[in-house]
Parts: sequence; structure tokens; C-alpha cells
Amino acid sequence: MAENIQLEIVTPEKYVVSESSQIVMAPGTLGEFGVLSGHTPFLTSLQVGKVRYRDEKGDEHLVFVSGGFAEALPDKVTILAESAERLENIDYERAKAAYERAQQRLADDKEDVDFARARAAMQRALTRMNIVQGSGSTH
Amino acid sequence: MASLKEVKSKINGVKKTKQITKAMNMVAASKLRGAQTAMESFHPYAEKFAEVLGNIAGKAGDEVSPLLIAREEVKNVHIVLLTSDRGLCGGFNTNLLEKAESFMEEKVNAGADVSFTAFGKKGRDWCRREKLSIVDEYLNVVGGKFGFNTASTSAQKIIDAFLNSEYDEVHLVYARFMSMASQPPVVQQLLPIPVIETVESQKQVAEEETGYMPEHICEPSPDALLDEMLPRNVYVQLYNALLETSTSEHASRMKAMDNATKACDDMIESLTLAYNKARQAAITMELMDIVGGAEALRG
Repeated sequence: MAENIQLEIVTPEKYVVSESSQIVMAPGTLGEFGVLSGHTPFLTSLQVGKVRYRDEKGDEHLVFVSGGFAEALPDKVTILAESAERLENIDYERAKAAYERAQQRLADDKEDVDFARARAAMQRALTRMNIVQGSGSTH
Repeated sequence: MASLKEVKSKINGVKKTKQITKAMNMVAASKLRGAQTAMESFHPYAEKFAEVLGNIAGKAGDEVSPLLIAREEVKNVHIVLLTSDRGLCGGFNTNLLEKAESFMEEKVNAGADVSFTAFGKKGRDWCRREKLSIVDEYLNVVGGKFGFNTASTSAQKIIDAFLNSEYDEVHLVYARFMSMASQPPVVQQLLPIPVIETVESQKQVAEEETGYMPEHICEPSPDALLDEMLPRNVYVQLYNALLETSTSEHASRMKAMDNATKACDDMIESLTLAYNKARQAAITMELMDIVGGAEALRG
């Protein structure tokens, strides 16, 4: 068994995860990537999606991240996200409401709608919902 | 000498005031704890962010982001002014406003037009009084509960305006939380982003990590990463300033209320002395009357 790697997921408001794990999978801008202990130093931006990691006992965990950055070092992965939530902390109803709100906003054919923002909000909500439903697909 | 009743009611008044200042002191203390916790939870993110940014900045090529380029002619200066919503916090807002005013004068003398984004009612009211142009105002942020998205939304607006050349320079005026006793107002340049290595915390990080700067593989590319990180750097700076100003506000109010409570104690003491003197005088008077009356009867 290879050594474990320390995973830290940090948001401006708190530490979401700080745990030793066997493997970490994160949604990079150029595609999902996995990190094991001894990874070469690596830096990437992230897209909205889910981070999967297996803890020391081999249990798998899911964490929602709203994009950001990841830095992998041989013994540590740090993920900087503006917001991140563990699966068990995701508020499904709230995500659903946000999704519907965003949809509504996109459907309204008004001039002052900020499409990029509405779409981003929709994607975040959708990703959260997907994680909860376990359907998995990030894109 | 004031009458007994007058002094008595004055003492009661001061006692009531003392109760209020004491309560405000305690409220400020508990809010201060909350604000300090928020500041502390932000540190890991801020430090890591600064480290990664410093790392990337060293690698990015010549294709510099427009956020980094200083404009040759500075015509429009934008000031993001952070103050509190409420008063009764000593010289806190006055200090901030004085700082903003002297900074603004400097810019106006250099021939620039100045506009404001006001966080906090005190700053907004000041801008209105002085008939300055206010682009945006945010109330109920400083000193209360706010998330990172508050900072990122408003910072993005400022960045957009900067990129549209509505502003040539953007500065932050906020209260830095040095300690419980000192929260000096500071001016910080937000845009164009000053040379990244000069930021204090980055210096520290770089010093700590001297000799250990692993060569990273970057995805998509250092330039693209830098382009994504720079706006976020502005959010981080603004969020940090908001947190520091909130903490400073509560610390400042706590101190002001502590002083007020002490002043009440002093006043109560001197009033009680006056009260006792007046009472003594009244008793002496009465005695004199009685003795005078008795003497007259005997006579």
C-alpha cells in the first residue's frame, strides 16, 4: 500500500476538509485528474464539480467545489475554492431553488439579465444536485 | 449649591447611561470575537492563495494581464471607502474619513477626478455631505455577517469598470486591525495590482519558504492561471479589508464604551460627593434652626 497524501480543501470562510487520504480526484479545467502520494508538483485551475477522495479506511467521500485552484505536492494537495461543501452538507432544496431561479432568469427574455452569471449559478446548482443524487456526471 | 433632588436625579441619569455603555461594551466584545474568528478562518486561504499567486507570477510570461498595467495618465481615481454603519465607536470613522479626505485631496491636486464606493453608512453619509460622487453603496456589511460572495460580487464590478477604463486607479481605504489598541486607517492600492512581491504577507511566505519553491507543472498554462488568479486576488484583498475593518470597528467600540463606563464611574463619584455635601449642609441648617428655636424659647 502506498503512502497516504494529505488533502486540504480551504475556502475563505473555513477549512472544509483536512484529511489524510489514499487518492484524490479533482475536476481540473482540462479534465478530471487523480493524485496519489508522490505526485510531481502540479498547479491547475478547477471547474465547478466534485472532488472525490478515499480516506485512510478506504471510504469514499464527495465534496462539491465551485471552481478555484488546486496545488499538488508530493505529500499534500491543497484546493482553494470560493465555496465547497461535503456531500452531507449540501442543501438539496436550496440548490433546487437556485436552479429554478436561474432557469427562470434565463427564460425571461429581458435585457438586463446577466447571462454569464445566471448560467454559472445554474451550473453550480446542477452540480450540487447531481452530487446528491449520485448520478455523478460533472459536466 | 445644587439642590438635593437635582443632584440625586443627575446621579440616577448617569447610572442609567453607565448601564447602557456597559451593555454596549459587552455586545461589542461578543461581536468582536465573531469577527476575529472569521478573520482567523480566512488566514489559511489567504496565505495559500498568496503563496500560489507569488509562485505563478514568477513564471508567467511577458503577456501581462491588463490588471497589472499602470495607466500612463491617471484621470479617474476610484476610492473604496470602508467605514462602519453605526457610531459610538470613538474616533474610528473620523480617522478613516480623515485618511480618505487627505488621500482624495492628493489625487485631486494631481488633476484626477475621484469617485467612491462606500461600504458603511458613515462613509456614505460623508460622501453625500461633501457632495462627492458615489458609484455604489453597501450597507449592513461592515460589522455584520457577510460572506466571500459579498466581496467577490462588488470587486468584480470594480474590476469591470477598471477594464472599461472608467477608472484608472482604484484604492482601498480601510482600518487595519493591528491589535486591540491600534487600528490605524490605511490606503491600499487595489488596481492596477501593485507588483505582487511587494505585498507584505507574500514577502513573509517567500521568506519562510526560501530555498523551497518546487517547480510546478501548470495547467492550462502559467499565463492562463495568472489571468484567473488576478481578479480573485482583488476579491481576496477586498474581503480581507472588510474583515479587518469589521474587527477594528468592534474593537474600537469596545474601547470607547469601556472609556465611557469609566467616565460614568468618575462622574457618579464626584456627584455622590456633591450630594453628600449638600445633604450635610441641609442637616447643619436644620440643626441651626432647631437650636436657634430652642434658644429663643428658653430666652
